[in-house]
Amino acid sequence: MPDLLIELFSEEIPARMQAKAAGDLKRMVTDGLVEAGLTYASAGAFHTPRRLTLSVEGLLAESPAGREERKGPRVGAPDKAIEGFLRGAGVTRDQLEVRDDKKGQTYFAVIETPARPAADIVAEVLGAAIRDFPWPKSMRWGSGSLRWVRPLHGILCLLSTEEGAEIVPLDVDGIVSGDTTRGHRFMAPAPFSVTGFDDYRAKLRRAHVVLDAGERAEHIWHDATNMAFAQGLELVEDKGLLAEVAGLVEWPVVLMGEIGADFLGLPPEVLQTSMKEHQKFFSVRNPKTARIEKFVTVANIEAADGGKVILAGNQKVLAARLSDAKFFWENDLRVAQDAKMQPWLDNLANVTFQSQLGSQRDRIERIAALARELAPFAKADPELAEQAARVAKADLSSEMVYEFPELQGLMGRYYAEAAGLPAEVARACEDHYAPLGPSDDVPEGAVSVAVALADKLDLLTGFWAIDEKPTGSKDPFALRRAALGVIRIILAHGLDIQLDRHIDAQLLRHKINLNGETATEQDLTALETLLDEIADHGVFGAAVRAVIDRFDGDDDGPDVAEGSLFRTVGDLVPDLSTDLLAFIHDRLKVHLRDEGLRHDIIDACLAMPGSDDLALLVKRARALGKVLGTEEGENLVQGFKRANNILTAEEEKDGVEYRFGADPKYAEVDAEHALFAALEAADPKIAAALEAQDFAAAMDQMADLRAPIDAFFEAVQVNTDAAVVRRNRLNLLHQIRETCLQVADLTRIEG
Amino acid sequence: MTTTPDKPKSFQEVILRLQTYWAGQGCAILQPYDMEVGAGTFHPATTLRSLGTQPWAAAYVQPSRRPTDGRYGENPNRLQHYYQYQVLIKPSPPNFQELYLGSLEAIGIDMATHDIRFVEDDWESPTLGAWGLGWEVWCDGMEVSQFTYFQQVGGHDCHPVSGELTYGLERLAMYVLGIDHVMEMPFNDPQTAIPLSYGDIFRQTEQEYSRWNFDVADTEVLLRHFEEAEAECARILAAPADDPKTGYRIIMVHPAYDQCIKASHIFNLLDARGVISVTERQAYIGRVRALAKMCADAFVQTPAGGYAA
Repeated sequence: MPDLLIELFSEEIPARMQAKAAGDLKRMVTDGLVEAGLTYASAGAFHTPRRLTLSVEGLLAESPAGREERKGPRVGAPDKAIEGFLRGAGVTRDQLEVRDDKKGQTYFAVIETPARPAADIVAEVLGAAIRDFPWPKSMRWGSGSLRWVRPLHGILCLLSTEEGAEIVPLDVDGIVSGDTTRGHRFMAPAPFSVTGFDDYRAKLRRAHVVLDAGERAEHIWHDATNMAFAQGLELVEDKGLLAEVAGLVEWPVVLMGEIGADFLGLPPEVLQTSMKEHQKFFSVRNPKTARIEKFVTVANIEAADGGKVILAGNQKVLAARLSDAKFFWENDLRVAQDAKMQPWLDNLANVTFQSQLGSQRDRIERIAALARELAPFAKADPELAEQAARVAKADLSSEMVYEFPELQGLMGRYYAEAAGLPAEVARACEDHYAPLGPSDDVPEGAVSVAVALADKLDLLTGFWAIDEKPTGSKDPFALRRAALGVIRIILAHGLDIQLDRHIDAQLLRHKINLNGETATEQDLTALETLLDEIADHGVFGAAVRAVIDRFDGDDDGPDVAEGSLFRTVGDLVPDLSTDLLAFIHDRLKVHLRDEGLRHDIIDACLAMPGSDDLALLVKRARALGKVLGTEEGENLVQGFKRANNILTAEEEKDGVEYRFGADPKYAEVDAEHALFAALEAADPKIAAALEAQDFAAAMDQMADLRAPIDAFFEAVQVNTDAAVVRRNRLNLLHQIRETCLQVADLTRIEG
Repeated sequence: MTTTPDKPKSFQEVILRLQTYWAGQGCAILQPYDMEVGAGTFHPATTLRSLGTQPWAAAYVQPSRRPTDGRYGENPNRLQHYYQYQVLIKPSPPNFQELYLGSLEAIGIDMATHDIRFVEDDWESPTLGAWGLGWEVWCDGMEVSQFTYFQQVGGHDCHPVSGELTYGLERLAMYVLGIDHVMEMPFNDPQTAIPLSYGDIFRQTEQEYSRWNFDVADTEVLLRHFEEAEAECARILAAPADDPKTGYRIIMVHPAYDQCIKASHIFNLLDARGVISVTERQAYIGRVRALAKMCADAFVQTPAGGYAA
C-alpha cells in the first residue's frame, strides 16, 4: 500500500493562518480521496512559515472497480424521458440494455466504473484542493490567475511504496509537481529530492527546518524557561504568543536579552504589552519582585556570531520602543500627579463617543449620575461611585493609552493612584470595563460594581434611544456583551435592583442630551423635573403625571400639553424601556440555558410582576426548575393545566368568570372536601413564602397540592347536572388557578 | 555564503548602492516626482503604472512628507520630511524575495549574522483605493521594508500583479550605519573635506516646517486649494479625448493625477492643523479616493495603460 506525501511550498504564510490551512489541506485531500474510493490508514498535516505538508499512510493503490445498474423508462417511452435518463446515467443509447420487467420491456443502463490508479485520483483531488483552497485572504501574483495566500512556488507530490517513489504528475497554473523541496531560507537554500515522508522529515531537519509546529513551540518553551531559570528568573507564560512565534520560524533559536535599566521602573504590564505587540518578545520576570527584567526573542537562524548582532539589534529596537513608552509614562504621571488628570477630562469633551450620542464627557456625566443612583444597591458609597465614574475613562486621553489602547483601564488605575485618589476609585478605573467576555471575571469591589453597571446600562440605553439596536450578526457596539455583563454582575453579587426605573431614568438622560441643542430651556426643565420625579416615585407614569400636574395651566412654565417635547419623550421612553428589558431578558435566557434552565421555565417566571429584578427572577426560575424536575412538580403542572383547561373552556362557554369563591358546603365527596382544606392550608403559607422571597418553600407548598388535586379529578365530574354543584366546582378550579399562578405562570410550561 | 560585504559610510552611499543594485536588476532608475507626496506609492510611476497590462520595472528615491509626524527635528526617528526608496516591477518576478534580499546584502547586511523575517502586513491606501498583500520585513526585530503584491489600485484589479518594495531610507541607513539619532547620521562621507550630517541639512527645515504645519498654515487657503484641485481634476478628465488642435487622441491623465496628489497633500496639511474632525476625515479621504479612481479609469484608456487603438 503506497504512502502519499504532499508539500505546498510558498512565500511566507501569515502565522495566524498556518494551523487552519494545514487542517484544511488534510480535510480537502482526504475527503476527496475517500470520495473517489481511495481509503487510507492514517493522515497527518504540518505547517511551517513556508510550507503546508500532508502525509497519508496506507493508501489503496487504486480505487475499486464498480458496477451499477440503473432502471430506465419503458421501451417506447417518449424520447424526452429516454434522453433524460441517458444524461443522468452518462451512457449513450446504444449502450442501453433492454430487459423484461413487470411492466414490460424496459431500458437498463449498466454503468461500469473502472479501477483508477491512485496517482490519477491524487492529481485530480490535489489540483482541485489548491484551486479552491479556503484562505481567509488570498492573492494573485505575476501574470498568473491562481490564488494562494502568497506566491506558491512548488508542489511536491509523491506516492511511495517499498519499491520506490513516484512523482504524481500535476500542473497547476504552470507549477509542475516534483520530488524536490528546499531547506531553511538562509542556512540551507539548495533544493534536494526526497523519497517519502520519513526521508523528507529527516532531510528537512538536516536542512534546518523543524517540520512540526508543536515541536518548534516546545523547543522554544523549553529553551526559554531553562535560560530564565538559570538566572533565577521565570518566563511569563503566553500561549498565543508562543503559537505565533512558532509560526514565524522554521529553525527556532532562543536568545535572552537585557531591558535597559532605565526602563525597569515602567509598570510590568506596559513592558509586557510593548514587547509583545511590537516585537513579539516574551517577558522574563523576577519571581521575588514580580518585575519584568529581561526578554526572550526567537530568531530564525543560527548566526555565525552566536546571535550577538541579532540580540544587539533587537535590544536597540526595544530601547527605542521603550523610550517612547517611558516618555508617555512620565508625561502621563505628571498630568496625573500635578493636575489630577483634569486636562484629560477636559479633553474628553472633544472626543466623540458616537456622532449622535455626543462626546465622551457627555457619556461620563450620564454614567456618573447613574452610578450614584445604583451605588446603594451595590453597597457602595454614592460619593465614591460618582467620583470613580468621573475619572474612570480619564486615561483614554493619556499618551500611553493612545499608543496601547489595550492598556485602557489598567493605566487608569495607575494614574488614579498617582493622583492620590482612594483605592476603591482607582480599582474601579481598571475594573469598570469588566466583564469583557463570557469567561472574564466580573468586578468585585462595591464601587467597581456600581460603575461597571452604570457604564453598560448607559451604553445600552444610548443605542436604544437612537434606535441602533443589534440586528442579526451585526452588533458593532457589542451591546449583547454589555447586556450579558449587566446580567452577570447582578447575578454574581445577588443585587436586588429593579432595572426598569433606572433604564427609564437613563433613557431620559439620553433624550435630554439628544435634544440639548434644539430644545428650549423650558422644555429641558420639564424633562429634568421628570428625572427628579422618577427618583422620588420610581414609576415612570406617575412621575409624568406629577410633572403635568405641576406645570399644567402655568402659563410661564414649560409646555407639557399634548404634542410638546415633554409628552413625546414621555410617551416614547416606556416603550423603549420595555423593549430594552426584553432584550436583556433574551440574553438572560441564553445565559440560563447554558446553565441548563429551560426557556419555558424562564418564560413562566418572566410573566410574573417584578421581572425587571433579575436576581429575583432567576431565584424564582431556579426554584421552579428544581420543582419541575421532581415527579410531584411535573404532575402538579398536569393537574394545574387540567383545571385551567376545563375552567377556561367553561368560562368561554358560559361567558362568565368563575371567581366568586367556592363554598365547602356544596362539596359532595371526600376528595372535594380534602381539596378545599388543602387549598385553605396552603394559601397563607405560599403567600408568606413569597413575601419572604423564599421561592423554594413556595414551590414545595404548591407541589403538595398535587395529591389533593389528582384525587379531586379522580373522584368527581366537574360538569355535573346539578348546576349549583357545577358552579361551585368551577369556582374551586379557579382557586387552584389563583393559588398556582402566584408562583409562576404555569400555563407557559411546555409538555 | 558570499563574502561579507563592506559597510557603507554614509546615508548617500546607502542610496547609491540601492540605485546601482536595482539598475543591475534591470530597473529604470527614475528621479523623484516633483510634487509633495505622502509616500513613494503616490509617484505616478507606481500608482498609474501598476495599472494596465504593460510590463514595468522602475526604482527611485521619493522625498515624502507627513506633516503630522513633524517633531521639530528632536525625535531620533520621526521626521515630517523623509526619503523612501521605491521599487515597482510588473509582473512581479518569481524570485522577487531573493532580489529583495540581494538588495539588503548590497547595502552591507550580512545574511549569516542577521535575522531576516517576513511578517504578515497587508497594505491598504484608503486615499488611493488600493490594497495588496505582503509583509513588513524585519531585520533583527526592526522593520526595514514594506513588501507588497498589489491586488487593486484606484478600484481596478491589477492584472498582471506588480511587486512593490518600499524602504524607509533613514531608518534603514541608521541601522546599517549604527546611528541612534537621525540628525547625527553622516549624509556624505564623514572623511571628506566638508562632512555634512543629516542634521546639517535638515534640522532647520524640520523646525520650520513643523511650526508651519502645526500652527501657521492658512487653513482657509488650504481648504480653498483642496476644492480647486478637486474641481480641476474632474474638469481635466471631462475634456473630450480628441484634441481639436492636433487631432490626436490625448487623455490628460497625468495633469489630472497631479491635482489628485495635490488634494491628498493638502488634506494631510489640514489634518496636521487639527481642523478636520473624525467624521469629516472619512469624507475627505473619500473625496481624494474618488479622484484617484477617476485617474485610474482614465489611465487604462491610454497607451501606457495598455489601451490599443
